[in-house]
Amino acid sequence: MTLVKIDKQDWAEGLAAAAEAYRLYGPVKQKDYHQFKALDKGELPDLNLVNTRLSPKALLFPQSENMLEYSLDESREDHHIMKAVVRDLSPRAVIGIRPCDAKSTLLVRLNFDTPDVKDPYWLEAHEATTFIGLACDTPLSTCFCTAAGCGPYHEEGLDMLVMDRGDTYLAKILSDKGKAFAEAAGWTMNADDAAAFETGRQAAEGRIVATIESDNLAAADLLALHGAPFWDDIAFACINCGTCTFSCPTCWCFDIQDEVHGSAGVRMKNWDSCMFPIFTVHTTGHNPRSNKTQRVRQRFMHKLKYFVDKYDAGIMCVGCGRCVRQCPVNIDIRRVCAQMNRFKTADACAVQS
Amino acid sequence: MQNPYLPYPVRIDDITVEAEDKSLKTFTFVFLNPGDEEKFAYRAGQFAELSIAGKGEIPIGIASSPVEKGFVKFTVNRAGVVTTHLHNMKVGDIMGLRGPLGNCYPWERMEGKNILIVGGGFAFTTLRSSIVYMLDPANRPKFGSIDVVYGARSPGMLLYKEELVAWEKRDDINMHITVDATNDPGWKYNVGFVPPITEQKAPPGGDDTYAIVCGPPIMIKFTQPVLEKLGYSHDHIIMSLENRMKCGFGMCGRCGVGKELVCKDGPVFTLAQINQTPREY
Repeated sequence: MTLVKIDKQDWAEGLAAAAEAYRLYGPVKQKDYHQFKALDKGELPDLNLVNTRLSPKALLFPQSENMLEYSLDESREDHHIMKAVVRDLSPRAVIGIRPCDAKSTLLVRLNFDTPDVKDPYWLEAHEATTFIGLACDTPLSTCFCTAAGCGPYHEEGLDMLVMDRGDTYLAKILSDKGKAFAEAAGWTMNADDAAAFETGRQAAEGRIVATIESDNLAAADLLALHGAPFWDDIAFACINCGTCTFSCPTCWCFDIQDEVHGSAGVRMKNWDSCMFPIFTVHTTGHNPRSNKTQRVRQRFMHKLKYFVDKYDAGIMCVGCGRCVRQCPVNIDIRRVCAQMNRFKTADACAVQS
Repeated sequence: MQNPYLPYPVRIDDITVEAEDKSLKTFTFVFLNPGDEEKFAYRAGQFAELSIAGKGEIPIGIASSPVEKGFVKFTVNRAGVVTTHLHNMKVGDIMGLRGPLGNCYPWERMEGKNILIVGGGFAFTTLRSSIVYMLDPANRPKFGSIDVVYGARSPGMLLYKEELVAWEKRDDINMHITVDATNDPGWKYNVGFVPPITEQKAPPGGDDTYAIVCGPPIMIKFTQPVLEKLGYSHDHIIMSLENRMKCGFGMCGRCGVGKELVCKDGPVFTLAQINQTPREY
């Protein structure tokens, strides 16, 4: 493992050098919120943030992504025959992703990278991307990454982890991709201050006060949890707006739609949400999750039970706290998870939490 | 990397109107590119996405059988945007086919066993695929007795009528065709709903007998107690589920029933497996 020291005075110059070989992406303040976007030439990522409002999942899984294209013009030989769109898969680097969001790529990968079917759109975008993480020294009261298999200095999913030390950045190179990026940026000043990372990690972890309790979920009975008496109460205030699913770094559900302009058409993948009634409605009008309690239950059961049972990789949550902060009616996954975690089948009639 | 969203281009080779109310048509497709048919190797019980440029896709059970070569067939009910468009297409039109998708009926487990098939309405498609597969001379010795209870609202709503008549004449398959009602004086088969006809005609259940049940929810609801009464255990009752689908290979998330995805872990499940799910289908 290599540590490099970057003088902040050299930061912009390093990124400009890297931009010769990479398309750079980073958090930028747009109106009132930070958002990940492609950086213009000379534009710097704004690292003076806690986190972006939407997660950076769109970098690998755009909210709307053209997958196939075709022509409906019958004078053409290839009319109605679909072809994959040509995508820009040249190297790119995401500067300033938080460790929680980087960890989420491992969880989402479980869905898009299976033994028999692979999603080339997600996987090839991931392969082309280098993730330069920013260690998190100022977590919010809604952050609970340390209880969600992650942490403010967590390294999984990252190629390089950068910590802010005032006048300098200290960067830990974590992969060959990270090494290549450091070389492209000219960040070659070796440092031997490994203890600084450890000190920073401990201090940051100490600032995280929120938690999520999930230790009983794997052993819990799936059908008993599904039939637990608390779902109506949890869902009572929900307006099915979908903010939780759209802001979540680990929510991956999508829709496929065709769109035609003149005789040119595309087939696209769009974010979808289990909060929306149309998500599951059959052509007959029958809807297996027709009421909102069923949909709210689906979201929490998927994240906190089905995923746990299916992959044995913990809960489908990295503790970024976005859904907690942004839910318009204050539904809190930590509270829901605690109710699920404490649920005992035998107490089904007595549960009042 | 193989792109699972990209359909094989196919041409509509034949369109047969199946039902007297014209709500059901069988489409026969041939692959445009040599080699695609081999890549589409499927087993009875699987489904595919019929893919129409500019309209979208629909998951439909494969009605042709793996022992039939040179084409694939689907019987489609006209119901929504894509199926209505498909019903208005003509022979020679180009579209797409994605698959095969999902699991199949458990053919290895059913080898050497008696098979009872219970079907209703236009859900008979993958059952037709299964019957043609089992009746193939190479496969027929692998199974014991074969009984088929198949019902529709009226004689004119039965699918694959010529084949039904041909199977009726064979002595290696016991056909129990029924209609809910008919005023046709020449009707020489059963009259009555599928569950009571099953109760009268089906062989008793047991370790050596499997039932495959496919039909509308109301038929399934009333057939289950009949099969239980006949001695079929829940792990010997095989069903095919439906849910709204998009990708068809387990990624888009919408067809989930508990932790099972109907498109990838199914569509075929035993009743014993379904009992372990929250039944959100």
